[in-house]
Amino acid sequence: MLSRVASSLYWMVRYIERADNLARLIDVNGQLLLDHERLDSERLRAFWKPIILSTGDETLFADLYSEAGSAEVIRFLTDDRKNPNSIVSTIALARENARMVRDQLSEELWEELNGLYLFINSRDGELLLSADPTRYYETIRRATFSFHGIAAASIARSEAWEFMDLGRHLERADKTTRFLDITSFLPEGEVPGNGAATFHWTAILRSCGALGAFRAAHRGEPSAESVIGFLMFSRDFPRSVRFCVDRIDRNLHSISGAPRGTYTNDAERVSGRLLSELSYGSTEEVLENGLHAYLDLTQAKFNEIGEELFRTYVLLPDGAEKRPPIPAANMSAVVAWQMAQQQQ
Amino acid sequence: MFEAYEADGFFDEMFAPGGEVRPHYRALLNRFSALPPADFEARRASCDQHFLRQGVTFNVYHDDRGTERIFPFDPVPRVIPADEWEHLEAGLTQRIIALNLFLHDIYHEQHILRDGIIPRFYIEEAKHYRPEFRGMNVPKDIYIHICGSDLIRGADGTYYVLEDNGRCPSGASYLLENRNALKRAFPSLFESLGVRPVDAYPRELLDMLHHVSPHREGEPVCVLLTPGCYNSAYFEHCYLAREMGIEIVEGRDLVVMDDFVYMRTTKGLVRVDVIYRRIDDDFLDPTVFRKDSVLGVPGIMRAYQAGHVALANAVGTGVADDKVIYYFVPKIIEYYLGQDPILPNVPTFLASEESDRKYILENLKDLVVKAANESGGYGMLMGPSATQEEIAKFKDKIIEDPRNFIAQPVVNLSRSPTWCGDDGMEGRHIDLRPYIIYGNDVKIVPGGLTRVALRKGSLVVNSSQGGGSKDTWVLK
Repeated sequence: MLSRVASSLYWMVRYIERADNLARLIDVNGQLLLDHERLDSERLRAFWKPIILSTGDETLFADLYSEAGSAEVIRFLTDDRKNPNSIVSTIALARENARMVRDQLSEELWEELNGLYLFINSRDGELLLSADPTRYYETIRRATFSFHGIAAASIARSEAWEFMDLGRHLERADKTTRFLDITSFLPEGEVPGNGAATFHWTAILRSCGALGAFRAAHRGEPSAESVIGFLMFSRDFPRSVRFCVDRIDRNLHSISGAPRGTYTNDAERVSGRLLSELSYGSTEEVLENGLHAYLDLTQAKFNEIGEELFRTYVLLPDGAEKRPPIPAANMSAVVAWQMAQQQQ
Repeated sequence: MFEAYEADGFFDEMFAPGGEVRPHYRALLNRFSALPPADFEARRASCDQHFLRQGVTFNVYHDDRGTERIFPFDPVPRVIPADEWEHLEAGLTQRIIALNLFLHDIYHEQHILRDGIIPRFYIEEAKHYRPEFRGMNVPKDIYIHICGSDLIRGADGTYYVLEDNGRCPSGASYLLENRNALKRAFPSLFESLGVRPVDAYPRELLDMLHHVSPHREGEPVCVLLTPGCYNSAYFEHCYLAREMGIEIVEGRDLVVMDDFVYMRTTKGLVRVDVIYRRIDDDFLDPTVFRKDSVLGVPGIMRAYQAGHVALANAVGTGVADDKVIYYFVPKIIEYYLGQDPILPNVPTFLASEESDRKYILENLKDLVVKAANESGGYGMLMGPSATQEEIAKFKDKIIEDPRNFIAQPVVNLSRSPTWCGDDGMEGRHIDLRPYIIYGNDVKIVPGGLTRVALRKGSLVVNSSQGGGSKDTWVLK
């Protein structure tokens, strides 16, 4: 497969997965807010701040908004085109990547993604977001599920599939750790220990779409131990970090052809080691060293896998004639040239 | 739906001058007449939905908002009877063979210039002439592998060639998608009417690419080279690559080593034998042409000249579709083939011939003026509908650079019934773009892309100027 195509397929699915996770995060927390008495603006800020921090885009948010109330945060994460990680932006990016590899996608798969893109950019989409946000987010989640379903039913289990599946699980694992991390940013006094503040843990489970599966496996109210244990180490739940890393490791070895348990590139080395850590790790260890530090370290490894993947499969092989990179400032010139090519 | 239809004195594809339906349209007319207009409108709207969802779109330049548009589709097909098509096929085949002989000659001995058939000045001043490629042999001696020669019909129904497109003719994907859309909207229509299928086009295109491969053993590796997803025809590039089962590549996917072209894949470098390129000559190789081109591939011309890779179409074919050279095509056919042209040209005046120029400048109000190397309806003056200022502006341009302009009388293109929403069925002007493939032999997909000027009274069919398209039926 073309290196550029592998890269586009991988990013297309990552962006789809990102949109799905964001839609759930915003919806769950928006609903959570309704359970509370009316909050003053300070409490509201305290409520949303950890969520913004968990996305890692707090600087951009502060640049764009002076207030941090519900409307601003929801806008920022949902349909602010200035935020490259808003739902609307990620779906546009997913589609942009899909456009570049259209020949690799089934008709149905393209139509699903294009349909979602057209919807969120339509008047109907805007109206639904203001009139019935829960249904709006549900529409997005359903479309992303359809996307994965159509992909699973129509794409051959070839290299293309492996790159797509890899992108999905890497993004998903990253988002699960970020949602868990929300508790690290809560203000003093709100930190959910084993006390009454279980609603935070419930919200995190719901943000990961994990509440039902969690209840089936655990009795009683969610606690720090049980939720961390479930979302980090579950062998079976498809959004647990361990489950995702297992898939990532499998994808990487399918692509290279190397047997699992061995490695031929650094992406495989990092994923194999991380998988062992997750397979033999425990919640006690995590809490001992501090959840935030542990999640930070794990996220760094995801980044490393992504970078090594790029180095191995996308960068030019040594010895080939290299062309100078295009400075970002010249991208509009490139677009203009592309447009200027005469199609008679 | 056709009760109030008026031909308005134009040549109408469906109705003879007395108002009688032409025999090859009769079955279609019966079927359509049985449909309530609301039903017809619903089916038309479902075609639009289909195109939008499929992303069958083109990008419009000079338009900041909503740059992706669907190419408007009219569900009333254009029908061509078998004998008429045979005539067109013969004429187009004759033309592409002659144009290829001409290009070979121009890039080798130049007999046609020495014999004084075409003044040397016209070739040497042609924008797309590439003198640096003189003496080079191209694979299988084919220059124009894919040609789109636009055909129009005048007031008496005669077919004329309006222009040749011999560099990167586009639109074949719309032809294929139009057929799909019409089949979805009117599934029962095709069973009994004897319409020739068009779906062989991608296979014939691929056969041609294989034919010109310089690589002798095994299956040749063919790729489609696109400028990228911002190009107006990007949808088509993806569509054709997928239909042919070949990779669609951008310049950055290709590298040249030791005068061979390779593509970068996840498994390393893979050698490429044939490139169906959809970028201009100027951008192909920054080491030879434009230094700043990032769309092309450094070194690709060396590989081409070494005979290690084939390009379709070849480099330098633009000299044959220059609108000034168009004037000479009937002479080119006579010169190389010793035959009379089967399909005539539209009468054409050359601004650099003194008597012609005088005539042009005095009659701008009645003429269509075209720049020699523009397409898509750009760089054109429609005399009868132009303002005083526009005419004055063109006058200056012609005087300043006469080599760059030709003029033709306004041809009242034939009309076809076209669904105009609330106004019902009305006549709109159409042309025809067939796609001619020159490989082992000449293949022409039955029909082509019928383009229609949707604006009432307009004679401009280009998609960038309010044009749409129709399915084209060639009957068995």
